[in-house]
Amino acid sequence: MTDGGGILKVAMPKGRIYKQASKLFREAGLPIPDDFDDSRRLIVPVPEAGMEFIMAKPVDVPTYVEYGVADLGVVGKDVMMEEAKDVYELLDLGIARCRMSVIGLPDWKPVIHPRVATKYPRVASQYFREHGQQVEVIKLNGSIELAPLIGLADRIVDMVETGQTLRENGLVEMKEMFQVTSRLIANRVSYRMKNEAIQSLCDRLSAVIPAQGGG
Amino acid sequence: MSKPKGFEKPVGVKDYLPHAVSKLRGIERSVLDCMRRWGYEQIMTPTLEYYDTVGVASATSDQKLFKLLNQRGTTIVLRSDMTAPIARVVGSLLKEQPFPLRLSYHASVFRAFEEDAGRDAEFFQTGVELVGDASPEADAEIIALAIASLQAAGVRSFKIAVGHVGFMNGLFEETLPGREAEQEELKGCLLQRDHVGYRHILGRLALDEAWRAELEGILRLRGGREVCDQALLLSLNEGARKAIGHLSEMWDVLDAYGVQEHVLIDLTMIGDFSYYTGMTFEGYAANLGFPVCSGGRYDNLLAQFGRPAPATGFALKTTRILEVVDEEPAAPEKTLIVYTEKTRGQALAEAQRLRAEGRIVVTEIAADPAEADRLLREFRQGGRIAHRGAEYGELAVFGLGEGGARR
Repeated sequence: MTDGGGILKVAMPKGRIYKQASKLFREAGLPIPDDFDDSRRLIVPVPEAGMEFIMAKPVDVPTYVEYGVADLGVVGKDVMMEEAKDVYELLDLGIARCRMSVIGLPDWKPVIHPRVATKYPRVASQYFREHGQQVEVIKLNGSIELAPLIGLADRIVDMVETGQTLRENGLVEMKEMFQVTSRLIANRVSYRMKNEAIQSLCDRLSAVIPAQGGG
Repeated sequence: MSKPKGFEKPVGVKDYLPHAVSKLRGIERSVLDCMRRWGYEQIMTPTLEYYDTVGVASATSDQKLFKLLNQRGTTIVLRSDMTAPIARVVGSLLKEQPFPLRLSYHASVFRAFEEDAGRDAEFFQTGVELVGDASPEADAEIIALAIASLQAAGVRSFKIAVGHVGFMNGLFEETLPGREAEQEELKGCLLQRDHVGYRHILGRLALDEAWRAELEGILRLRGGREVCDQALLLSLNEGARKAIGHLSEMWDVLDAYGVQEHVLIDLTMIGDFSYYTGMTFEGYAANLGFPVCSGGRYDNLLAQFGRPAPATGFALKTTRILEVVDEEPAAPEKTLIVYTEKTRGQALAEAQRLRAEGRIVVTEIAADPAEADRLLREFRQGGRIAHRGAEYGELAVFGLGEGGARR
């Protein structure tokens, strides 16, 4: 949190969420172009809104905010749960809606040494522990759906948006774990030191959040 | 893990080189001196404590304690804060000392190793405990002293957010009477700073609409004394009203101290409920992502050491303050004394005399007269000299060069 004379620094996730998030910010009256994503610039000042956007890999957003190099951040609940950073979770932006689910082959039966492959090892182990199951968690970085198909794991934990990929690979959603939407998060110190600016941004965003988002 | 390389140390512990130490000592001196002027006497306790006493009593969660076993298999902790050790001393060595007790400390405290940068396993805290006074005056004194200490440390721009666990407890008891599991869920969200989760839970609870709106409105309730007045309208619960009464009185005292510009009341600011029993606060500095101090009232701790008493205090996170304070203390001028074997006695006597005056003196036997000549020339030209990697503002040469000139 460099002071920057009251400039709000916002860490934005590059990729999937960015378009929807920037649209929401524009609807809230913050003049943010929708094409930062295509440029290679990593820091994009928007002086007319008193803001500066930091383009980050989504999983890194909570880290930037926790250390205070960004005052605010936009990040999926999935990442929040996995990273477990000490930050304020201020608003449910109601965008990038999907769900975290346990997925397997349709003929899944309990196995002797259950193995779960996932990009979210913390979320997965916590979930199974809470449900009284001890499983071995294997961390993968992509193409999680492969794991049950080639016998690396008997189940996977992953995000499901439409279920198209699952169907194409002959997998079924066995259990929905929780709903995922994008959140507005704030650094602990910024939340106090820049409270007015943050509160006013929250109010403007709340007014335009899709109804079912439930701020 | 593979064998550590020679330069490595465990993750989360730090070396402090001379310039950092002089800055750290400067902060430590000014803060402790400030505390002394408020009547707080410094205390030291051991680094090691028993897990079953101080370890269990401390506010640090079990998995964050740095634990060791002694040769008999008894669990030992490296102290995780100074509050629990001080409570132990107040309940034992200081048992006969009448209350109130005002104690200060500067010490390194420890946490279990974590991999993330910024989560140190050893760091410095400078703080005070005020034991045996339950009044709002005492809590306000602690906050005013925290402010004075931050100023003494050289932190220029900061804010203190104050809350009271009694208010939220009372309000939850009033709105959700007897529904403890639900109260716990809501408190859990506030503790984790998860406002989204808090609203989601409120949304699905069977609850009167007016109460729901009120519990949600709490998230925006912060500011100065007016917050207390608004909060009084919100709750008829006795505990909640008492908490607000306490905060209002504290505010008046802070007003009298003339420091209320730094303070902000935020009723969602709650510390760990199992530890804090009254007001809690945190301090934030511009340009630093983490709080620089925290404190509060913990009236249940002393009973665990056999001397039940109300107590309140705070700790500055001195290691973090080191990062925000940019002014380096001016390095004091050093004197270099160069001598030969023949003039050694004379030179070292002069060094002792200057040191007694408080000067910093480095003595060196000269390798050859040419070097002494170079130093003298340099000194006469510019006033400052560099010699073997160090800088000096004064030079004295004994028994060398043309006539052994000295200044």
